[in-house]
Amino acid sequence: MNANLGLADRLFRGGARAGGAAVLLIMLLVGAFLTFQALEALRVSGWSFVTTQAWDPEAHHFGIAGVLTGTVLIALVAISVSVPLAIGAALYISEYARGGFQRTLVSLVDLMAAIPSVVYGIWGLFLLQPHWLVSGTQGDGLPRWLATYFGWIPFLHVDGYDVNDPLASPTVFTASTLIAGIIVSMMVTPIICSITREVFSQAPVGEREGAYALGATRWGMIRMVVLPFARGGMIGATMLGLGRALGETIAVYLIISPVFVIQPHILQTGASSVSALIAQQVGFATDFGLSALMAAGLALFLLTLVVNFGASMIINRTRSGSVSEA
Amino acid sequence: MSKLATEVAIAPDGAAKSETTVPVRTAAAERAEPRRATGAVARNDVLALVGAAIAAISTTVVVFGRLAPFDSTLGFAVFTYVVFLAIYMLLVSLEQPGPIVRDRLAMVFVHSLAFVALVALAVVVIYTLWRGVRALSHLNFFVQDMSNAGPLQPLTVGGVLHAMIGTLEQIAIALAITVPLGIVCAVFLAEIPGPFSRFVRTIVEAMTALPSIVAGLFIYASAILVLGLDKSGLAAALAISVMMLPIIIRAADVVIRLVPGTLREASYALGSSQWRTVWHVVLPTARSGLTTAVILGTARGIGETSPVLLTAGFTAQINADPTHDPQISLPLLVFDLVRRPDPVMWDRGFGAASVLLALVLLLFVTARVLGGRSAGQLSRGQRRRRRIGSYRDAVRIANRHATAKPADPVEVLDD
Repeated sequence: MNANLGLADRLFRGGARAGGAAVLLIMLLVGAFLTFQALEALRVSGWSFVTTQAWDPEAHHFGIAGVLTGTVLIALVAISVSVPLAIGAALYISEYARGGFQRTLVSLVDLMAAIPSVVYGIWGLFLLQPHWLVSGTQGDGLPRWLATYFGWIPFLHVDGYDVNDPLASPTVFTASTLIAGIIVSMMVTPIICSITREVFSQAPVGEREGAYALGATRWGMIRMVVLPFARGGMIGATMLGLGRALGETIAVYLIISPVFVIQPHILQTGASSVSALIAQQVGFATDFGLSALMAAGLALFLLTLVVNFGASMIINRTRSGSVSEA
Repeated sequence: MSKLATEVAIAPDGAAKSETTVPVRTAAAERAEPRRATGAVARNDVLALVGAAIAAISTTVVVFGRLAPFDSTLGFAVFTYVVFLAIYMLLVSLEQPGPIVRDRLAMVFVHSLAFVALVALAVVVIYTLWRGVRALSHLNFFVQDMSNAGPLQPLTVGGVLHAMIGTLEQIAIALAITVPLGIVCAVFLAEIPGPFSRFVRTIVEAMTALPSIVAGLFIYASAILVLGLDKSGLAAALAISVMMLPIIIRAADVVIRLVPGTLREASYALGSSQWRTVWHVVLPTARSGLTTAVILGTARGIGETSPVLLTAGFTAQINADPTHDPQISLPLLVFDLVRRPDPVMWDRGFGAASVLLALVLLLFVTARVLGGRSAGQLSRGQRRRRRIGSYRDAVRIANRHATAKPADPVEVLDD
């Protein structure tokens, strides 16, 4: 086919190749520039960059141990809220809803993914936190209940909270990892939901009917055919959602009050994330501070990169993944 | 009818005759076998659901009101749900075997998870619009900027015109960069396979993982600090482009690869070149999907705050020039306003968020109206244009041979 290319064809192939090369160049430029700029800070800090729990670039005392742990904790909270919700919704859409209603629901899930993150952020800041989770002068709500009855579990413990103190301030429960995670989960749910729904709907009809013919109930069919078929797709979708949750900035930045130490208590005020750190510090960063922020951004990028590539590898290797475009 | 015991059937040739004996139906026999209900919903199921719901609510009211010192709303909902599940299981297990009980339990569980997800979406959208109404009900909100609106001014002063202008200009610049580049790159990935395009695809996939704040940081450090660009609409548009480009390329690549290979082969078989095949067969076939990909990418880009946060700067005035001086956009304005301490600013923030949400909804509905057709399915107008074009070809061919007039146009058009 390549034997007799006309002039137009050669131009077309050259143009398309140039377009691809331009995109490649831009992408590599981003990566190279970030790495190059980050090197200055990394050379100063060395390996202590990943172990230091502080952010003071001027004194050459900075590291991402605290903020990276905070990012991962927020993402884990988000994932553990959104995975059951997303998989339940996806099962409902692909297995229970029918006809026009099914199409409407698919559109609604896509819409949920298109809603700007700042809208989720103000919802969390003005409705979820003050009215649903930490309401009133005592901070009534789920976090307080958890801290009261399950405070003996290490990561649910809240420092400075005393059940018997009538003057206890609710502020120990605000701006916590849990609340930021719940808000991020709203953004992650539609991503996981739409991928898993796609995978569920590709479960082979022959196997479904075989299960019914053997006398399975609808749940029996789902458990024996749909879920095993979609296992790889579900894991991959969860990891893609995790990648998105790790990089989320604005909603997290609106809620949390950043700290730079490791904060393992998810109910307690003071959470942190790399992206919120960057958003907060860029305004008054010096050249060296900017380089340190680049290094933090690069670390976050590498983390999401590993998670995303892991996801696509899992999706491609499984039976459901080989037919889907996730 | 039941009295008619015999029927005469005449064979096609009319020669042979045969008799069919139909059994005589009695009224008693018809009563003996009632018509079976084949509908999916049985009355007992509905009764069990409603009964369990009423019992659960009543039990919870008694427990929360009289017996235990509980008072939280969330606790009420969770307790009711658990009691409901227990009672419903009990009711179903009275008359159904184990597998069906588990089936019902799973059904209720899946339905409630989907319901919670739907309610969460509805709450986010409706709450934003509801809080936004207070600012949106003043028309000045759409035609003024924020330069005269301090924390003490009422909602009759100030508006979001400057942010709307900023958003539209920034997204227009971003689209002017990403759409041509993105579609050319997607065509390259799908149509010219090879080791190089596989490498580009891997890199593009890697870049979809780039956190949007890092895209903003890149433009801030390169375009603003190194190249000396102002904090401006252009810088913000560049940051949005870096973020949108991989999204649009991936979506367009998927859509172009969905074009059936048979269409391409048919085009090659007619002797057309690769360029003609892409331009006249592949791209028109994928047009609906490409439009959807671009519009959904736009919806993502328009709502991104974090890349803009570092690159656009803050201003309270209208700035229509994207190349100089700060230019604010809607998501950034929302972010700025809700962080102020004054409730009137919060109202304005919710108003701006409602405008942004309306914009995203509009884009979304447009995408659904234009898209939604798979590759190769034509709209009514497209079908009509195809018929007219086909008729012209028929006329042309007929004239060339100069033998007879082609088929009646009306007949062709009414296909």
